[in-house]
Amino acid sequence: MKIPTSGRWPRFALRRAARLLVSLWVLVTAAFLMIHLVPGDPVRAALGPTAPADLVLARKQELGLLEPLWRQYVTFLRHLLSGELGVSISSRLPVGETIAQRLPASAQLAAAAFLLAVAVAVPVGVVMATLTRRGRGRRTELAFTSTNVVIGAIPDFLLGVGLVYLLAVQTHLFPVAGRDGLDSYVLPVLALAIGPAAVLSRIVRVEMLAVLETDYVRTARAKRLTSLRVHLVHALPNAVTATLTLGGLLLSSLVAGTVLVENVFAWPGLGSSIVSSIVAKDYPMVQGTVLVYGAGVLLVNTLVDVVLALLDPRSAIGES
Amino acid sequence: MRAARVLLRPVGFAGFGLLTLVLLAAAFAPVLWGGRAAAVDTGNLLAGPSAEHWIGTDNLGRDLFARVLVAARLSIVLAVAATAISLVLGILLGAAPMLLGRRLGRLVTSAVNVLVAFPGLLLVLFFAVVFGVGARGAALAVGVAGAPAFARLCHTLMAAVSERDYVAAARIAGVSRIRVLLRHVLPNVAEPLIVNATMAAGGVLLTFAGLSFLGLGVQAPSYDWGKLMQDGLNGIYVHPLAALGPGIAVVLAGLAFNLTGEAFAAAFGLGDQPGRAHSMEEPREPVAATPAVPRTVLSVEGLRVTIPGPAGPIRAVRGVTFAVSEGEAVGVVGESGSGKSLTALAVAGLIEPPVRVEAGHLVVAGEDLMAAGAHRRLGTSLAIVFQDPMTSFNPAHRVGPQLAEVSRFHQRMGRKAALARAVDRLRAVRIREPERRARQYPFEFSGGMRQRAMIGMGLMGDPRLIVADEPTTALDVTVQRQVLELLAEVRRDTGAALLLISHDVSVVTDVCDRVLVMYAGLVVEELPSKDLRTLARHPYTRALVAAVPDMDTDLSRPLAVIPGLPADPVHVPAGCAFAPRCPLADDHCRAVAPALVAGVACHKSTEVPV
Repeated sequence: MKIPTSGRWPRFALRRAARLLVSLWVLVTAAFLMIHLVPGDPVRAALGPTAPADLVLARKQELGLLEPLWRQYVTFLRHLLSGELGVSISSRLPVGETIAQRLPASAQLAAAAFLLAVAVAVPVGVVMATLTRRGRGRRTELAFTSTNVVIGAIPDFLLGVGLVYLLAVQTHLFPVAGRDGLDSYVLPVLALAIGPAAVLSRIVRVEMLAVLETDYVRTARAKRLTSLRVHLVHALPNAVTATLTLGGLLLSSLVAGTVLVENVFAWPGLGSSIVSSIVAKDYPMVQGTVLVYGAGVLLVNTLVDVVLALLDPRSAIGES
Repeated sequence: MRAARVLLRPVGFAGFGLLTLVLLAAAFAPVLWGGRAAAVDTGNLLAGPSAEHWIGTDNLGRDLFARVLVAARLSIVLAVAATAISLVLGILLGAAPMLLGRRLGRLVTSAVNVLVAFPGLLLVLFFAVVFGVGARGAALAVGVAGAPAFARLCHTLMAAVSERDYVAAARIAGVSRIRVLLRHVLPNVAEPLIVNATMAAGGVLLTFAGLSFLGLGVQAPSYDWGKLMQDGLNGIYVHPLAALGPGIAVVLAGLAFNLTGEAFAAAFGLGDQPGRAHSMEEPREPVAATPAVPRTVLSVEGLRVTIPGPAGPIRAVRGVTFAVSEGEAVGVVGESGSGKSLTALAVAGLIEPPVRVEAGHLVVAGEDLMAAGAHRRLGTSLAIVFQDPMTSFNPAHRVGPQLAEVSRFHQRMGRKAALARAVDRLRAVRIREPERRARQYPFEFSGGMRQRAMIGMGLMGDPRLIVADEPTTALDVTVQRQVLELLAEVRRDTGAALLLISHDVSVVTDVCDRVLVMYAGLVVEELPSKDLRTLARHPYTRALVAAVPDMDTDLSRPLAVIPGLPADPVHVPAGCAFAPRCPLADDHCRAVAPALVAGVACHKSTEVPV
């Protein structure tokens, strides 16, 4: 992309980077404070009431909980910058190592689901907009919106359970759980993608309907282009820019949505480990995982903004 | 009553019905089936569905259907509690700018903005760590995690309300901030807040089910739907209904909240519910087809444009007949709602269903628009200039390619050649540095420049007719002049005819050879534009001309206006549509519609002193 006017892009980059940094700082600080916000003695709670007092004290020492708060914060930040996330209380393994091992499985799931959702939602939304435009096809519209609402109301983990029942237990088409080979991806990705695809296709349809009524689409029709060209070249890009903002939100909720779906399918990702860590009160592990999830979400949001700015140059100057 | 209206909609009816059932189950199921749900039957462990146990039993032989019903109470109570926590915290955070003053308030607002970026589930997990595992901890976690979204909503709603006059008045009167919030602001944002809270409760219910399903929410021996699903998932091979049953309950309850919220939102006018298009069959008089006058570039006969509306069809254009010869400039004037813009759009073939276009005859540059077909040749032979140059260019494409598209598509030019022609045309409409401008996006152009570029777009082909629909209305006066001069110049160079739509009598007299005056969807007078100010015979035309101030207008007196309102296009009177506003009208005028005879449609045209 050629830079049209100097000054606008650097300003946009600076502003966006500043927002990312502030958000990251909030995330890091919240993750640091998490263990201090737990009422009572977190280490005692983690090790259980029967643990000897000197073990609790030693573990506290190890976690640095006996030092003044500001020094703990400084140490935490320093370790974070050097990539150290501490040691898990229960497994005694470095948190970073565990996360590095499990992150790819989760990321693959989220990315595949997002791509599938977009690949389904955009054509469905566009076709539905064309079919139901200006009060045409009222029955199609009713069928589309009501299925959409119902599908959107089913949470992803429930879809997962339903899919397991239909496609694994009943028909043995796909494995019930685990991550072993390509066919094991089908059910978890479907479970994650169906809901967002429904929401997104509704948005694409509404956006497309709005765009089809704009003056510039009328201009395109005045040029007597084919209807296909009017829809795909003139309307769709404008509908997609608006859709992308929401798609970004969906992607970041997909990142978090993997937690539940991974538990349904015993997927060896971060989602199943964060839940067991929360139950086991393994604070360093939870802290590290929350940081990774949070950073992932923030990066996705920033990426979406950048893509938006490239697609629609007005958003780079227009945003406050 | 609005509540009644909500119930009458299918969505509202379904939502309310479901919600009532769910709430009834929450209230009475533990009392009615509590014993049955807890009864251990060791002879019937993990049984499948049977007449006695509709969806089977669990690993202690307890009836699952009863357990699903009984779990309704805990599930609903927890969801409502968590929603209430979100709502209260959200209102407090959202009202922060109002309560704490600008600086602290801005801090809170930006903190909320940072938090909103994180997905809800992540916040829930974070707070689940802080508040601990269990029903109480989970309710707090879900509640606190939902607060930022509510805070954002409250902030937006309150910002809108607090700018209203009565809030400002209360503040100036020295009413305390808390009192302003409680008495003046909250009551005015309550409606959307409650609707949103209802929908949010549905979401919270699902989140809670998720948490319990993960083992972070309700702990044994208590159980909600999520916990039942968790217990059921392990046995999904032998006993799928144990997991699916509570799942279905969760979805139904979630839908109940969602649909009720949506129905209220629609009834309160918060959402967008498209109006139902009415059928608009009505008898139409047969219009005799006559052959087109030779050497005319536009020939219209009996043109009607009908818009379906909730109160019946709007007959915006009711039978307009005119022709434009080659090279001629014809103006159409009239008030807003006279049907002149729709006439232009119909002539350009740009009206889409459900708006209906009928005509005995509608031929533009040799193309019969009433015949089916793509009319692709109009892409080069008809140029259109729209009213609002700010919105008529596609914001996603650069200006040059938007012009070049015409040549690429219709004249089969290559990318380079077409772009070169676009640059040439931009130069022809006097855009400076056309090479650079062609690479820019529309938003980098000023309004006048865009309108010139739009004219340039029409010049990509070889236009025989230019339809300009209020081309200067959105522009300031000096730019108006430039655009009109450009149109005149283009006509000189290309010999194209012009159909200029305007509400501005002086623009039309300057540019056009002939003027059509439209009122209530009909042409009421047709005359050479040089005669418009002096020889007009229709009372409406004269009033229209008189309403234009000129250099001699006495500015110490009120400006002339046409008394009364334009005719309502849904209920057009039987006689002359102008009669209710006409000083000369009599009973004959009100009863019989005058036909357009010798250039004027008025019974009294002979009485008007010229």
